[in-house]
Amino acid sequence: MTVATMAPPSTLPRLLAGVGPEGAVGLHEHSEIHGELPAVARRSRKTASPLIDEIELAGLRGRGGGGFPTAAKLRAVVGARGRPIVVVNAVEGEPASVKDQTLAEAAPHLILDGAVAAAGAVGAHEVIVCMCERSPAAQLAVAQAIEERSGASDGAVRWQVAEVPPHYVASQESALVSFLNGGPAKPTLMPPRPSQRGVGGRPTLLSNAETFAHVALIARHGPEWFRAIGTAAQPGSALITLIGPIAYPGVYEAEHGSSLTSLIDAAGGLTEDVRAVLVGGYAGGWVDARHIRALALCEEGLAPYGSRLGAGVVALLPASACGLAETARVARWLAMQSAGQCGPCVHGLDTLAGTLEQTLAGSDASNHSARLSYLTSIVARRGACSHPDGTAQFVASALNVFAGELADHARHGHCDGCRRPGMLPITTELPR
Amino acid sequence: MSARAGTGLRRGGSHHLRVNPIDCVAHGMCHELLPEQIALDEWGYPVIGDDPVPPGLLALARQAVQTCPTRALLLERRRTE
Repeated sequence: MTVATMAPPSTLPRLLAGVGPEGAVGLHEHSEIHGELPAVARRSRKTASPLIDEIELAGLRGRGGGGFPTAAKLRAVVGARGRPIVVVNAVEGEPASVKDQTLAEAAPHLILDGAVAAAGAVGAHEVIVCMCERSPAAQLAVAQAIEERSGASDGAVRWQVAEVPPHYVASQESALVSFLNGGPAKPTLMPPRPSQRGVGGRPTLLSNAETFAHVALIARHGPEWFRAIGTAAQPGSALITLIGPIAYPGVYEAEHGSSLTSLIDAAGGLTEDVRAVLVGGYAGGWVDARHIRALALCEEGLAPYGSRLGAGVVALLPASACGLAETARVARWLAMQSAGQCGPCVHGLDTLAGTLEQTLAGSDASNHSARLSYLTSIVARRGACSHPDGTAQFVASALNVFAGELADHARHGHCDGCRRPGMLPITTELPR
Repeated sequence: MSARAGTGLRRGGSHHLRVNPIDCVAHGMCHELLPEQIALDEWGYPVIGDDPVPPGLLALARQAVQTCPTRALLLERRRTE
């Protein structure tokens, strides 16, 4: 049922509308802010739900980092044999990103609405919301939101919440399916994709939490509304986790294609000079600070600079820090986060991190740069998941942006910036 | 690509080798059998290009698949659309 008097917000914030500094938006308040979720025509045996067409027209892409078209995923689930199941991925394994847990803490009903709408569209009756073990506040907000909805108009949807281990690859889609099927939270070889054969062998619609929140708004306001902001290739808005030397680091909702400088301004401006910016997190790429004014927050805007928006992490590197030391520290962490299953990942990432560490310490290897480039090329596309690919892109971008520093370190060893505490967040939990 | 007699390409398409990197433990037997298609990296794991297996090497490719101790080597047919 739509509330006719509800005027859809034409500007930002969309996902974060009505969100305060603390606590979650309750169910009643949520309905006042966004209006009621319209009843989604359930998929029948003959016809797919029109919501899938609307999501396709909206041009929504997944917000977990992969950027896969959401409508194509829904259609794959509809086309597979068996009763589908919906999995909401709010695990957010990347330590630099907090946008999904922030959204879950602040606007859990928007995520749940999206899951209800998507479940209707694919004909699912069960939704599993996957939360990280290490995010108790987000878990509590989601549990309370589910409790609030009991007896509400969620149709026949049954809710489950799963607590997922916090290691990096645990939130990869096939790892989640493996975990939900009683196995380790480690990636498996795809195909089969979860959309074909996932949880319990059933067609599984597994998408990122923010993606579901956008589905909830497309179901309410339609594709034209969704496309009113953003770019033609990447319509809509995105949640960005902004960290580094800025007045107010945190999670922001930005229009796709908007400038990085406008985001920095919205966050109160820089508090220190910046040497570079890491966009797309630990599977993204460093960009030299001299390009910051040219950067737009969308894939088209970032690709020419060797970076990507991915899951929306933007980390500003202070000029007093050492970008190579940060890269080496995170590369070592990424090597330790390998699930230990695929040889090229196990050996390649360890060798890559070790070579970076030796170069930083002033190893006199004359061909360190070529060796590092070679290692980034040899690990890509050689694992069951894209962990080695993402790590390779991250390190390769550092070799490019910090080429001068690389030569200096190879000759003279550690710099002053190397001795600063690391600024890029990492965790201590290993894959299990 | 058109179907050719004697290559097993009944419906057209091409054959490609792929490794399941989770199952592969670097025995390296695939490289010994088929160095034309399979190189090894410095840790002994196979590096396989995306090029189709030429018809003349298909029998060896099948043998490599069967010889792999962990059954990690896959020969897949891709249909040309």
